[in-house]
Amino acid sequence: MTEYEHYEAVVVGAGPGGATAAATLAEQGVETLVLERGVDAGSKNVSGGLLYAEESAPYTIDNVFPGIREAATERPVDDHYIHNISGNKVKTFDLGELHHHDTEWCDAVLRRKMDSWLAQRVHEKTRETGGGLLTEVRVNGLLREGGQIVGVTLDELDPITADIIIAADGVNSELARDAGLMDWDEPEEWFQGVKAVVEMDPETINDRFDISDDEGDAHLFSGDLFDGVRGGGFLYTNESSLSIGTVFHLDSIADERAEPHELLDNLLTHPLMDQWFEGEYEEREYSAKLVPDSKKVAHPSPHRGRLLLVGDAAGQMQAQGPVIKGMNHAVTAGGLAAEAFAEAKARGNPDAAGNLYEQKLDAEGVMEKLRPPRYRATRALSESDAVSNIGSKLLDSPVGGVGLKLFGSVVEKAYNSPYLLGMIPDTRLTYVDVPTRIGEVLGSEVVDENEIEPPELDDRIGDLTYNVDDPHIEVLDNSFEASGTAVTACPVSAQGFGGGCYREETIKTNGSEKKKVSLDTQPCVECGTCAVVADTHWEHPSGGKGVEFKQG
Amino acid sequence: MHMVTLTKGVPDFREGKVSFDEDGHLERGKTPTVMNPNDKIALKAALQTKVRQGGTVSLMSMGPPGYKEVLQEGMEDVYADDLYLLSDREMGAADTWATAMTIATGIDQLEEEPDLIFAGFKTADGETGHTGPQTNWCIDINEDLTDRPIITHVISLEIDDEEETVRAKRLVEGDISEIETVEADLPAFIVTDPEFEPSYRKADHRLKYKDLREETQERAENLDLDEDVTVWNHEDLNLDPDFIGLDGSPTIVSGVDPIPKGPSEREATMIDPDDEAGMESVFEELNQYAAGD
Repeated sequence: MTEYEHYEAVVVGAGPGGATAAATLAEQGVETLVLERGVDAGSKNVSGGLLYAEESAPYTIDNVFPGIREAATERPVDDHYIHNISGNKVKTFDLGELHHHDTEWCDAVLRRKMDSWLAQRVHEKTRETGGGLLTEVRVNGLLREGGQIVGVTLDELDPITADIIIAADGVNSELARDAGLMDWDEPEEWFQGVKAVVEMDPETINDRFDISDDEGDAHLFSGDLFDGVRGGGFLYTNESSLSIGTVFHLDSIADERAEPHELLDNLLTHPLMDQWFEGEYEEREYSAKLVPDSKKVAHPSPHRGRLLLVGDAAGQMQAQGPVIKGMNHAVTAGGLAAEAFAEAKARGNPDAAGNLYEQKLDAEGVMEKLRPPRYRATRALSESDAVSNIGSKLLDSPVGGVGLKLFGSVVEKAYNSPYLLGMIPDTRLTYVDVPTRIGEVLGSEVVDENEIEPPELDDRIGDLTYNVDDPHIEVLDNSFEASGTAVTACPVSAQGFGGGCYREETIKTNGSEKKKVSLDTQPCVECGTCAVVADTHWEHPSGGKGVEFKQG
Repeated sequence: MHMVTLTKGVPDFREGKVSFDEDGHLERGKTPTVMNPNDKIALKAALQTKVRQGGTVSLMSMGPPGYKEVLQEGMEDVYADDLYLLSDREMGAADTWATAMTIATGIDQLEEEPDLIFAGFKTADGETGHTGPQTNWCIDINEDLTDRPIITHVISLEIDDEEETVRAKRLVEGDISEIETVEADLPAFIVTDPEFEPSYRKADHRLKYKDLREETQERAENLDLDEDVTVWNHEDLNLDPDFIGLDGSPTIVSGVDPIPKGPSEREATMIDPDDEAGMESVFEELNQYAAGD
């Protein structure tokens, strides 16, 4: 038998989930090795940008990492609004009640800065146990012996065995796939987000949002500005920038053949935004990411043998209408996974860690937040076409309009109800029609003109930093039928654009024409969209290779 | 494992740093001195050995007092436990031979004889590639020091602690496809090739590497150049001034000719192939070479 290097615990991925798991393990004296494939922790990580600490959660990031809010997060966000848009008419609801429900605090974050800071703390803590944190190392699969998971295999290092492997390797977890716990097959199970980090100096932010240095805003946008694609937009204030993005159901992006960067531009150029831009716009970074829909994919049993999944890797991302919470759940899950191993080990049965972790996720109410039973109960009915059609018709009718007028405050209240939002169906009705109708009936006209010009896609790609490696994605079926959706759905590709990842080509043979898809992975932002909507063999680039986000 | 890496300060030839006068002569005063880039590669080989086997890495140079900063640069950018500078006026203007003699004596002066001596592949200014091998020759003729094999053009390196051997891959013909693997007993003298790549395939090694890099950077940052660099003059080394420096250098530089311009920089006259008279002049021009004169 080969002698492998061994650590008690291996944590894959240094985001908030991995960092919390590693720090918690280290505090229990467990020898912990953390492996991160980016050049720096955070360089591969993108999020919309709100990090919550929930009152009901057993772990919050500032408990595990004291000082994080002062050192590594952006502004605390107290005010939260949703803008219902119909053309130039906008009706704004205050989501304060929802925002503060179960919230101890909520900060805007930029992932490069935060995760990089976390990694430093994690390295110090884990180094004391004989482990530590390494960057530029890609774990590429599970090491098995006699069919059992015993460790990990890597691009840059020889295989490593461990008593516990915590996969916090993100939404495109290669370990979760290797273990057969997650697949990348159904677009319905995913959202796709794109984001622009926009330069704005602190005084200007204070001035235009009417806030002080230690205050921040969150704004959500929904309605008819996204060409009928199901989803919405967001804006969060950072210390000296804004995070502005859009998040849509991936199946809707695929079906509508929508171009994600154009939907983002629809938001950026909407007249409503002029109050904040005042004609100035400088984009620091364009980024994209897939978001698991926890209602559908949060794994009820996210473990197999010695492997425990944490965070996005386990589908633990709560996106229910205006509620968008991911990092906080990853933190809780990371803490619980670590705690489960420490307890199992103390009982002399480390192999029981997986089951214990599952029990803890249930007992601490994490699973209920991620997969609300109410959603499952009402889904079959509310997502059926018949119900949606009746709903749409009712809404469009004069009666519906009058109802909205009369019950505007009730609607606002409904938006603020975590209970109702847990039931929100994934249909056009709730994501597009209702907000549009609210804007139309209750909204008032925005008279400002927004004249900013967001960068073209090739400039956005050109501004990103890449360390180009061999292609990490292979198109298995390059017919347009199988993989053509990637041309539009990929956030760094577009129809008729030659500088992106996916291009459409017409090949003429013997008088017949065939549409094919070709791929150049050089501008890839590693979001994983094409892994779901196209027929590909998808892997991450090796350690330190590929895209490097500076903001995240 | 005790290791010594040899280094030299060279003009910083990087774009924007180097300065030439009107005649194309290097302006030493205006060009900063830096650690010879090839020597950093040698130092990386020493660091790799320290990470894997443990031990100490000394960095040694011969040159003016200003070279202390070159040693500090090596400590900061790669690694060093301690720094040695062989320096006085008598050592000045030495050729590779007198330098090798001085360095070998410096090595002899160390408390412990090194198991491995590392040198880089030629300096960026002298470009001879002699000093390393000649130093090893001087070690051979020094009766106090153990004779050691020299392995040049090393691109990768493995030490076997138990067998006390070093196994190295060397680039034979400058072509990456021609690599030979050689094994030698310790102590040994290693000259690294510019293609040398440190390799760390174990997490434990990468973690140790990270620790050592952090530690050496901190040490370099807080370095007191007067206190923390061991400086030996010719008296400390018991060297006869007639055998070192300019007096000990058999090389005589009689003059310096500028290197002719490269083909691409010569003046060219463009001639259209359809221009008959022009083409005729081309043939006339070529004709004088056609006779084989």
